[in-house]
Amino acid sequence: MARKEMQEINAGSMADIAFLLLIFFLVTTTMDVDTGISRKLPPPLRGDEEPPDINERYIFTVLVNSRDNLLIEGKPGDIRGLKDQAKEFMSNPTGRDDLPEMELKNIPGLGNVRVPKKSAVISLKNDRGTSYKMYIAVQNELAAAIDDLRNDLAMEKFGKKYTELISEDQMNAIQKAIPVPISEAEPEDVGEN
Amino acid sequence: MARFKKGKKSGVQKINTSSLPDIIFMLLFFFMVTTVMREVTLIVTIKPPEATEVQKLERKSLVSYIYIGEPKRVALYGTKPRIQLNDQFARVSDIPSFVTSERQARDEADRKFITTSLKVDGNIQMGIVTDVKQELRKSGAFKINYSTRKVPKLDFSKLN
Repeated sequence: MARKEMQEINAGSMADIAFLLLIFFLVTTTMDVDTGISRKLPPPLRGDEEPPDINERYIFTVLVNSRDNLLIEGKPGDIRGLKDQAKEFMSNPTGRDDLPEMELKNIPGLGNVRVPKKSAVISLKNDRGTSYKMYIAVQNELAAAIDDLRNDLAMEKFGKKYTELISEDQMNAIQKAIPVPISEAEPEDVGEN
Repeated sequence: MARFKKGKKSGVQKINTSSLPDIIFMLLFFFMVTTVMREVTLIVTIKPPEATEVQKLERKSLVSYIYIGEPKRVALYGTKPRIQLNDQFARVSDIPSFVTSERQARDEADRKFITTSLKVDGNIQMGIVTDVKQELRKSGAFKINYSTRKVPKLDFSKLN
């Protein structure tokens, strides 16, 4: 005959086992989130394509040489001023004739917005000897310029910063008005030591 | 001989610990669910550069990683920056097959969302990164992400 009363299992060590597992997961877990600057690479050249004919005023060239010096629009530049220069290029507030010609364009969801007549391009080119952190700093400053302009536009149209927008449509409209126009030049094998 | 006094109750009462395992189990489940196992063992040193305009990398299961930096064991492998793919050193020419295998490991519907995260040491030169980017372009992996650390403000004086 089976015993009438089930014997109770000693659960006192349960806590110890759970602690052991807990400590294992505490140690192996990585809480850091991956962050970074997202970019899209252009498809490879087929070789027979003519370079597109873009007016000089619609291109903003940034060159970074192997000594991490900048050449912005043909003049030696500094990383500290890059953001403002890029912003000026993309918005052309004073209507300079060497910067993109602006026009009012109706964008669905935003109404009339001042945008470049043709698509303006920021052309970024680096040497093989450019340090990676300088390259990222330049990318970062250009991204900051775009972000600033988007924030201004979102503030004007929706009364919120671009990063605080919730509606997908609003974000897409802003992205349409101010795209990320960074184009990287075909690399040349120079400048590595 | 001193004698311990019996019978007098001490002021501290015993705490009931029978619910302790439950609490621990709750914590355990939390960590089990949130944990992400380290994907590879790094054999190159990587100190990502700093940036302010960073985005979070969403959907980690759709991210494949390429590590570039100086080898950790300098005595054995030298100081020239090397590429690491899945636990081992690789050459630039290995990247197309890496991209293909990463693509095949994912669901067909998700393949166009695969992002390649470049985890690159801030102090190396762009040459090897440019080569990797050219290979990625040729293999059709256009979405990339330069891994950076978020800082509130960029310190330009550290750059030159």
